[in-house]
Amino acid sequence: MEFLQNAIDAISLGAVYALAALGIGLIFSIMRLINFAHGELIMAGGFTLYTLAGQPLLVLILAALIVTAILALGMERIAFRPLRKANPATLLIASFAVSYLVQHTVLLLYGSRAMGVPFLADLSTSLEFGGLRVPRLQLVTIGVTLLLMGGLFAFFRYSRTGLQMRAAAEDFNMARLVGVRANRVIAFAFAISGGLACMVSFYLVAQTGSVSYKMGVSMVLIAFVSSVVGGMGSIVGAALGGFLVGIISVSLQAYLPVDLRPYRDAFVFLIFILFLFWKPEGLMKTRADRERV
Amino acid sequence: MLANPALRPLQTAAILILVLLGVALMAALAPPAMQRTVVEAMIKLTVVVGLFVFVGNSGVFSFGHVAFMAVGGYMSAVLTLAPARKETLLDLPGFLEALQLPWPVAMIVVVPAVGLIALAVGWPICRLRGIALPMATFAILIITFVVASNWKEVTGGRQALVGLPRYTGLWVAFGGAALAILAAAIYGVTRHSLLLRCSRENEVAAAATGIDVERERLIAFVISAMIVAAGGVLFSHFIGTITANTFYLDLTFVTLTMLVAGGMRSLTGAFVGVALVSIVSELFRTVERGFSVGNVTIAAPPGLQEIALAAILLAILILRPSGLLGDHEVAFTSSSSGSSPAKPEG
Repeated sequence: MEFLQNAIDAISLGAVYALAALGIGLIFSIMRLINFAHGELIMAGGFTLYTLAGQPLLVLILAALIVTAILALGMERIAFRPLRKANPATLLIASFAVSYLVQHTVLLLYGSRAMGVPFLADLSTSLEFGGLRVPRLQLVTIGVTLLLMGGLFAFFRYSRTGLQMRAAAEDFNMARLVGVRANRVIAFAFAISGGLACMVSFYLVAQTGSVSYKMGVSMVLIAFVSSVVGGMGSIVGAALGGFLVGIISVSLQAYLPVDLRPYRDAFVFLIFILFLFWKPEGLMKTRADRERV
Repeated sequence: MLANPALRPLQTAAILILVLLGVALMAALAPPAMQRTVVEAMIKLTVVVGLFVFVGNSGVFSFGHVAFMAVGGYMSAVLTLAPARKETLLDLPGFLEALQLPWPVAMIVVVPAVGLIALAVGWPICRLRGIALPMATFAILIITFVVASNWKEVTGGRQALVGLPRYTGLWVAFGGAALAILAAAIYGVTRHSLLLRCSRENEVAAAATGIDVERERLIAFVISAMIVAAGGVLFSHFIGTITANTFYLDLTFVTLTMLVAGGMRSLTGAFVGVALVSIVSELFRTVERGFSVGNVTIAAPPGLQEIALAAILLAILILRPSGLLGDHEVAFTSSSSGSSPAKPEG
């Protein structure tokens, strides 16, 4: 029974990590950018909920989606487009700078204290299934994640833009040569990535009931790990990596000796380093990650 | 002897140390607040020069070096704190609790110890390739942070360790920075540095000519971790307290900004980057503290300093991707035109 409980925890946490990792993996697959500022997209979603608190749910959700998408597009236009030809390390540093910039702009506007936000509070109650207590939030998270992934899959599989994005992820220059418009595909990827970040922010705000200017940082670090584990550049891999890291986190939390539990994240990252020796290119090997000579 | 082009890094070091000496002499005459700013900048210079030894020569970014600052700082704290204070703050084994070393001895113990740790950590990590290596250094930073903020017995956990002897004054900081520059320059004239820089330009070609890239990276990694650790020790004994939060993402960002802004491929660039970022920070700190125009006090809200730094870094990355100085180094003898094969980037 305890195992089942842990399994449900693992799947729901893994689902959130998978959403975050998808946002990062999508951008990396197309432009080799590991977007550290993805955490700030998550944070922006949270602060939209805070600023508009009290409005109808639908308004909140739409507003947050619009704000994160615009912020994502803005980052691309101002910071990442001029750097499109730079190497991945430079891009990572640039995203670090964007992250720092957005974080401290929010700090300047809202202050550094965490602030309470009532959002989806009725999801915090649990449902009982014969001894299993499952928070509604977890069920909704799993459901929404599965729906989103199905939607994304269909988008990549059947839509024209989706096909172009897959082509760009496979070989960006080749895709351009056959008529894929780079700016359009990249802008699309950033908008989707913003939307995914927004979903993660809904979960975080509903879960913790608060927002702060650093709320995206720990999530983005986990998402990094997840997308590397899955295989940088592979979209399926990112989702897979997210679930895997979620499962490992929950297992460590459940089965580590009590004294060592505060060190859970250290173990997660240690396992990550060990994983890198075993499979440096991640679970799903992509053509994109290979160095060309 | 100095005309030998292979020894140019030593010339560069001599000039930089002379400039630094000039700054120190001016600071000695300046008011105490100004002096503290200069001391802090010199400590950061020590760290950034350490970072340069690895990142500049190998071309591989490390996000984990601040972790070595933390390890150095905590080790030195444990070795130099008064036993009575250790008894109340920490829970150490008896002999460590009773031990209180004079600070120079502690420094001499800590730096090689961190070198050994860096060797153990770096040995596997330097085998990684591509984006996996920087990601692994990121993981080191996070692991160190989590351990430092939870290991109550040794680090005090989330509580700050207070009461460290505050010995890092102007001349100690100057000495640290000067030695760091000298160490980086001496490494710069060795063949190890040359081989590593070959691998920076083209990893595959370097490996094909028989350069053991993993080994050269490891050597630079260990040297740079030791210099950075010395910076961490100086930093802790400058502030007098030490917390896990100090050595995390913010400091990583600031030190990387300093390195990239000046030009991560040159020692002079590291120097210029530290100077530039320190001056900008100090300007904005003054504005944040508030200044009066007539009888109105104008104060900028906190956060402006960081926004300015991030904007400067972005602007440099976009407009001058190889940093302000690119490959250029200062030297007495003018370099022949072929010596800086700066690639026309961007």
